[in-house]
This record gives sequence, C-alpha cells and structure tokens, in this order.
Amino acid sequence: MNTDSLSPIILTLVTFVPLAGAMLLLLLPRRARDIRVFALVVSLLTFVLSLHLPVYFRQPSAGFQFEINKPWISAPNIHYHMGIDGISLWLVVLTTFLTPLCVLISWHSVEERVKEFFILLLLLETALIGVFTSLDLFLFYFFWEATLVPMALLIGIFGHEQKVYAAVKFFMYTMIASVFMLAAILWLYAHTGTFDFVAIRDLITSGAIPKFPTAAKWLFLGFFLAFAVKVPLFPFHTWLPDAHVEAPTAGSVLLAAVLLKMGTYGLLRFNLGLFPEQSRQNAWWIMVLAVIGIIYGALVAMVQPNMKKLIAYSSVSHLGFVVLGIFSFTQAGLNGAMFVMLAHGISTGALFMLAGILHERRHTYEISEFGGLASPMPVYAASYLFIVLASIGLPLLNGFIGEFLVLSGAFQARPVYAILGATGVIWSAIYLLWMYQRVFFGKVTNAVNNSLTDLSEVEKWAVWPCAVAALVMGVAPILWLSAIDSAVHSALTPFVHVASRMVGP
Amino acid sequence: MTIQALPALLQALPQDADYTRILPEIVLSLFGMAVMLLEPLLDEEKGQKILGLLALVGALFALAATWCMAQSPGLAFWSMVQVDGFSIFFHVLIIAIAAVVILSSYEYMAVQRIRGGEYYALILFGTVGMTLMSSAVELVLIFIALEISSISSYVLAGFRRNSASSTESSLKYFLLGSFATAFFLYGVALMFGATGATNIGQISHVLQSGPIPLLAYVAVAFMFVGLGFKVAAAPFHIWTPDVYEGAPAPIVGFMSTAPKAAAFAVLLRIVFVIDVHALFWIIWVSAALSMTLGNICALVQDNVKRLLAYSSIAHAGYLLVAFGAAPALGTSAAMFYAASYAAMNLGAFAIVSHFANVGERYVSLEDYEGLSRSSPLLAATLTVFLLSLIGIPMTGGFFAKFYVFSAAIKANLIGLTIIGVLNSGIGAYYYLRIIVMMYMREARKPVPATPPPFALRIALAACMAATLYLGLSPNLVLEYSQDSAQQLVQKNRPESPATTSAALPHRE
Repeated sequence: MNTDSLSPIILTLVTFVPLAGAMLLLLLPRRARDIRVFALVVSLLTFVLSLHLPVYFRQPSAGFQFEINKPWISAPNIHYHMGIDGISLWLVVLTTFLTPLCVLISWHSVEERVKEFFILLLLLETALIGVFTSLDLFLFYFFWEATLVPMALLIGIFGHEQKVYAAVKFFMYTMIASVFMLAAILWLYAHTGTFDFVAIRDLITSGAIPKFPTAAKWLFLGFFLAFAVKVPLFPFHTWLPDAHVEAPTAGSVLLAAVLLKMGTYGLLRFNLGLFPEQSRQNAWWIMVLAVIGIIYGALVAMVQPNMKKLIAYSSVSHLGFVVLGIFSFTQAGLNGAMFVMLAHGISTGALFMLAGILHERRHTYEISEFGGLASPMPVYAASYLFIVLASIGLPLLNGFIGEFLVLSGAFQARPVYAILGATGVIWSAIYLLWMYQRVFFGKVTNAVNNSLTDLSEVEKWAVWPCAVAALVMGVAPILWLSAIDSAVHSALTPFVHVASRMVGP
Repeated sequence: MTIQALPALLQALPQDADYTRILPEIVLSLFGMAVMLLEPLLDEEKGQKILGLLALVGALFALAATWCMAQSPGLAFWSMVQVDGFSIFFHVLIIAIAAVVILSSYEYMAVQRIRGGEYYALILFGTVGMTLMSSAVELVLIFIALEISSISSYVLAGFRRNSASSTESSLKYFLLGSFATAFFLYGVALMFGATGATNIGQISHVLQSGPIPLLAYVAVAFMFVGLGFKVAAAPFHIWTPDVYEGAPAPIVGFMSTAPKAAAFAVLLRIVFVIDVHALFWIIWVSAALSMTLGNICALVQDNVKRLLAYSSIAHAGYLLVAFGAAPALGTSAAMFYAASYAAMNLGAFAIVSHFANVGERYVSLEDYEGLSRSSPLLAATLTVFLLSLIGIPMTGGFFAKFYVFSAAIKANLIGLTIIGVLNSGIGAYYYLRIIVMMYMREARKPVPATPPPFALRIALAACMAATLYLGLSPNLVLEYSQDSAQQLVQKNRPESPATTSAALPHRE
C-alpha cells in the first residue's frame, strides 16, 4: 500500500483520531484496565499516523505541506485550512510522542474517574495538535480556546491539594489574555475579509490593508499578550508554578512540554509572521523580559523546597531562551529557539514524569523529605541523572544544541543580552544538580525511603523513550534541524526587507 | 373575482392571507383556550399531564402553522403584521422555547405540587404575545402584544403561590414592568406626535424624507427604556435578580429567553428601520453597563438562579453590542445570538429546575458540590451549557459572541468590542465556579439526585443538540438570519447599500 496517498487527509486524521478515541471511550464500560489500554492504543495510533508527516515531508520546500483547505462556514469566511511547515511539523510529533507516555505514566497513578481522565487527555491532544496545524486564524483560535477546558479540568479534578485554585487561575489567566487575540483576529478579518493566515500575511506584506499601519501596533500587542501569558514570559508567569504543582503528572507533562510551546509557536508564527516591523520595534523590551525570565526563573528555581515547583520555574527559565532566540531574528537564533522548544518538551516532560513517580510513592514533592535515594532506587536515579544532564545542556544531549544556537544567534543581534542569557546555563546546572545531590546522594536520611521500589515496567516504558529521544536529538540534531532550517529561513525573509527598509531612506 | 359591486367592502374585510399570516398566533390561542376549558373537566391529579401534553401539541402545531405562514410572506391586517424572514425566525425560536419550557415543566410541576392548567395556558398565551411582537410592524399592535406577553409573565412569575419570594417576584415584576411598558406607550405617543404615524414603515419614510424632529429622538429613547426593561439591559435591570430568584425555575428559563428574544426583535425593527444614530450612544452605554454590571455582580452570587439572572443581564449587553454595528450585520448577529442564548440558557435552567426539588430548596452553589459523582451525565450536560455561556469553541455561545464582536469590529466599535471581550473573559469565572463545584469538590451534604424523567430528557437533548449544532455548523442558521436581516434592512432603507453587504471586505 502506498501510504503517500494518505497525505491529503493525514493532518485531519492525526488531529481527530484522539477525538474519535475520546468519543469511543465515552461508550466504553467503566473498567479501568480496558480504558487504559484503549487510550494507549488510540494515542499510539495517533503517534504512528503522525510519523507519516516527517517521512513524507519534502525537505527543501519552505511552504506549507499536507495542506487541506475546505470552506467550513461561508459567512464569515471561515475555512478548514490546515497545513504544516518545518516549524509546526516537530511540534505535532512532539505532542503525539508524549501523549502515549502520559497514558503510561498515569497507568497506576490515576485510580479514580479513570474514564474521565483519559477522555480529557485525548481531547487535550486533539486541541493541541489542532493549534499547531491550523492555518485559518479562526480555526487556530478555536483550538486555542479548546485546550483550556480539558487542561483546567485535568488540573481541577485530578490535581493535588490546591487544585481548584490552580485550575481557575490557569483558566482565567489564559482566557482573559486570549480575548485580546480574538479582538485582533476580528480586526484583521474585518479589514481583509479572510481568516486565512497565508492570505492575510500576503495582504500585509503587499500593504493592501487600509489603516493597517496605525492599528498594527495594537494588533501586535493583542497577539503578543495572549502568547506571552501562555509562554509564560515574565511577569505573566505566576499561574505556571501553581498549575504545575497542582496538576496530575500527565497534566504537568503536557502543560510543560506542549502547552507552553503554543505560546512560543504563536509568537513565531503570528507575531513574527504577520507583524515583522512591529516585532523589530518591540524586540528590545521583549528580549529584556526574556532575559529577566531566564535569570529570575533560575534564581527562584534554585531556592524552591518543592521539586515540582523547581522544575516549573526551570521552565520559565528555559522558555526565556526560546523567546530570546525568536526575537534575535537570526537564523541561528530561530533554529535554536525551535530546538529548545523540542528539547525542553522532551526533558522537562521526563522530569515531571520522574517527579510524579516519586510523588506516587511518597505523596510529597518536598526535596527535604528525600536523600540518598540512589541506593534504594538505582535505575530511577540513573534515569533521573540522564534527564537532568540533558536538561542542563550537556554536549551530546538535546539541551546543549538548542541553547548554544540561541545564544550564538542572540549574540549576533544583541551581545549584552546573550551574555546575560548565557548565565542561565550556569544557573540551570546549579539548581538541577544541587537538587539531584540533595535527593539522591549520600545516605538515606529518611527511613521511609529505604523501602521505596524502583521503576516499574510501565514507568520504564514511559521514561526511557524520552531518554532515547534526548540522546538522539543531541547526537544527530540535523534530523530535526534540516526541516526547521528552511522554514525558519522563509520566516525570516520579511526581516531582511524590514531591516533594509529601516537602514535605507 | 367577478363580483364588482363589493370591492370596497371586501377590501375592508380581512383576506384569507391575513389569517394565514397570523396562523401560529391563532393556533396557540386556540390551544390555550382548550387547555383552560379542559382543566375543570379533568381529574386534578392526573389531568396535569394531559394538559401539559395538550399545550405541547399546541406548540408543535404552532410550529407547523409557522411553516404555513412562511409560505405567504407579506403584510397582513392593513399593514399591521408583516411576515418576512425576520418574523419567521423569531416565531420558530419563540415557539420552540415554549415547547422546551413545557417539557421541562412536567416534572417540576409535579415535584412542587403546583396544579393549574392555567400554567400551561399562560405559557401559550404569553407565546402569542411574543410571536406577535416579532411580526408586528405597527407600534400600537406591538404595545398590545407586549402587554399580552407581559401579563402572562407576571402571573407565571408568581406561580409558586405558597412561597413568599415568588409572590414578591411577581409583584415586583408587575409594578416595574407596567411602569416600563408605560414608557414604551409614551414613546409610541410621542412618535405619533413627531411623525403622524404609528406604522414603522411609514415612520421610517417620514423620518427619511426630511430633517428628524427632536421629538422623534425622545420617542425612540422612551421606547428603548420600555424595551430595555424587558431585555434586562442596564440600567433597567434592577428587577432581574429578585424576580428570577423567586419565580419558578422553568419560568425563569422562559422569561430569560422568549420575551427577551421578542423584545430584541422589536428593538431591532425600531432601531435599524427607524433610525440608528439617535440611539447609538444610549445603546453603547447600555451595552457596556449591562456587560460590566452583569458580570461583576454575578461574580459574587451564591444562588444559582441569581447568578444566572446576572449572567442574563450580561448576555443582554453582548447582544446590544450588535445594535451598534451595521444594520444587516448587526441584525443577523443579534438574531443568531438570541437563538444560541435561548438554547444554552434554557438547557441550564431546565437542569436547575430539576435539581431545585420541593420548594426549590437546592438552588445554592453549594448544592452543586459533587454533582458529577451523583449524576455524571446531568453534570456533563450542564457543563456543556455553561461552557457555551462562557463562549468556548464547539458551542453555540462561542459563535454567537464571535459574530456579535466581529460585526462590531467591522463597524469600527473597537472600544465596545474590547469591553465586550474583556467581559467575556471575566464572565468565565462565575460559570467556572459552578463547574468547579460539580467536578472538583465533594458533596458535604446529601442532595437528592433523581434521574431526569423522559420529558426533561427530551428537553435537554433538544437544547444540547441546538447548542452543539450552532457551535459546529452554524452555516444554515447564520445564512438564514443574514438573508432575512438583509431583506429587513433593504426593504426599509433602499438607499444604504454600503452597510448591507455582509461579506463586504472593506468598510471605510
């Protein structure tokens, strides 16, 4: 069978197979084991389907591929327009890669309302993939908002002590910020008559939209606010630690690995894609916020007594790198930003899984409760170390490539920012290794920990794929970067024009 | 045709078509009367079901009659009634609302031990008034229709006779309501003074042919006060929470959707057909106030009915935003909003009235704690309605807000749109509170949870289907509302081509 014939509908399949799975789960009887197996099968199927994308992705081409464009609603002119380029390709695969692992890591940790849990997880997967594949602004907003409900419910129902507070905070922060994006999208539609991303981009480039120059500043900010809260960029980050600490493990994994990337993806796709001139003008203060985020996130992470909060703040720091790279407007910077997004997804996702495994055994995330865990749980300790090293940015592991590229790109654009940002690499080594030392080295300080069991089979299957991915990404980044590079190149073309215009008369 | 001698007399008598054009109203009235007549003949205990069924059949027949009516569009009764796409839309909407309310009242009436065939009869009579409001183009007839609908609602609000709050609700509604209708009547009189006409078409003709007299502005403003009360728009909203709290829950569902839709229909005709600029700032302020006050007050409510009352004020505000937009676009956005608001709000109230139990004991937020465990399906259904009220994608509420705001942006109402979208962000919080109660908290006190009876299931399924349908494939309804809005506007203002095209890319 020639699987290439799937190409026209592959994006629809990848996006909606989890949804169909969720619908079927609705009908399944409440037998926890069946539901888990079914959810695993659906998410694995989605992953396998999504592998079609990199396999048939035409490398040198910079445009959108696997496109599907059908009218959905005639007036307003909304199309079911999906397509991916090198930027969204790997984010889709990252999502589909992590979801089965999330199912595995929740295998034993979710005992109550199993059915609801996996339905929400699969719904969330559909919405996340939809965000990365839609090329119609309306469709994009549609999926964007659709991620909110399952995530908020996952936190609020299956979370820990302060779950309600965290869920509501998460929901309100994102909701209020994204209505500004809605207003901006509506403005664009009112003045162009289309929601199509490509069409709007072309109209903006050709200067065919009346009143655009005066409105562009506000439109840029409308999009920016929605994305900045999601990233989260300092000072919009306060929802993140709460959401992470209270969320169930699978929720944290998807939140850190994919949901946050929605923000950086949005910045890259929409803020840079639609408003190159405004992006340039505003780059300086956004980069300041990014650098503050890198350093502040790292410093706060260092003093956290709670392991999960530490990882959450490390996300603030890492995502600062991404924003720094994006707003450097250099090829290396953007490549790096994309790579950090993927690498952070893998390694932080794995860190949250590992923290969740510990919580499952001891029902606490307090670092002081542990110590010397390396002797009762050697395999766990080894896996943890591997992931920590990947996260720190050890060469030959995934974290290194991205951060290096970001910093070299940022250095070309604004050296001072790059130098300040580079300290983040040191900070991350400090807070992660220090935490590792306190948890794993030495003698077992708390007698309860002596009886802790090592990784179970299911847990190994959840964590080790991440470790393998981290290694492969570190050794052969070209596999990812080749597709990213050409997409980034075309994303940067308007900036060459803007730059020449700004220098010129 | 051959009779030549009596043309004048024949002209003076209503034609067949005249009756066809008010057929739904006739059918509803007949069934209403039948319910009243049958009531004393039936057993008091068992008769209730039959009366309800009869009323339901009446509503379904009225829907069929609407179809007949739709076959002969035009003016009837000496241009007092107009059958066009606009009025057909509201006929279907209002009658469907009545049918759902009757369905969700079955169980409620039995549980609350309320007896009385007049309950169903009043719903039907009220529906007559509301449907007539949507098709009347004569201000005096609109007033009469408004009174028919209001008087039914006053009585219905007080139907929990043994509850003081219900009586209070009825009396409050009656006193303030008659005050407001007096305003409307005053406006009609002033309009007659200003233009010498009470027919909307004639008024618009007179106003367009010369400078607009100041009196006409005052008249429109007065009419807005009267109708603003009916739709519970700020600052005429004060009655809403008390009345909604006291009135029987299914009736609140009815009052918050059907009379509102009818009053909005009248308002749309008046605003867009007569003159828009006179009212622009009044509507702007009223919309902004309704959204903001409604949402902020709703944040602190602990009674679900009161919470939904404030939410309905906020939704009236969103709907008013559409009035600031271009006529055709605004009208169609408002029509769509009215329809999807009806679907989601009715659904929510149907569930609230199911849980309320004897004497409406369980209507506080706390009573919803842990509902997802005791009745998972109902909790999930209510969640869908609440998400739709928030405006989450895949539900009708999302598209409704979307169209309204996109119409507003097109008309360059940036300020109002920003206020609107911010409000819909803030508004998410209180709907979320109910969801939080249901899913994220455990029940602290036992709340009896009975499975919903058959009738209620049908009602909920209908609301759910409508909410999801409008959210996933709004094409059909939207196109219909756009077409009829265009007709409505074009017929009366032939010389405004720039504002009528819905798909116009640029509007300077």
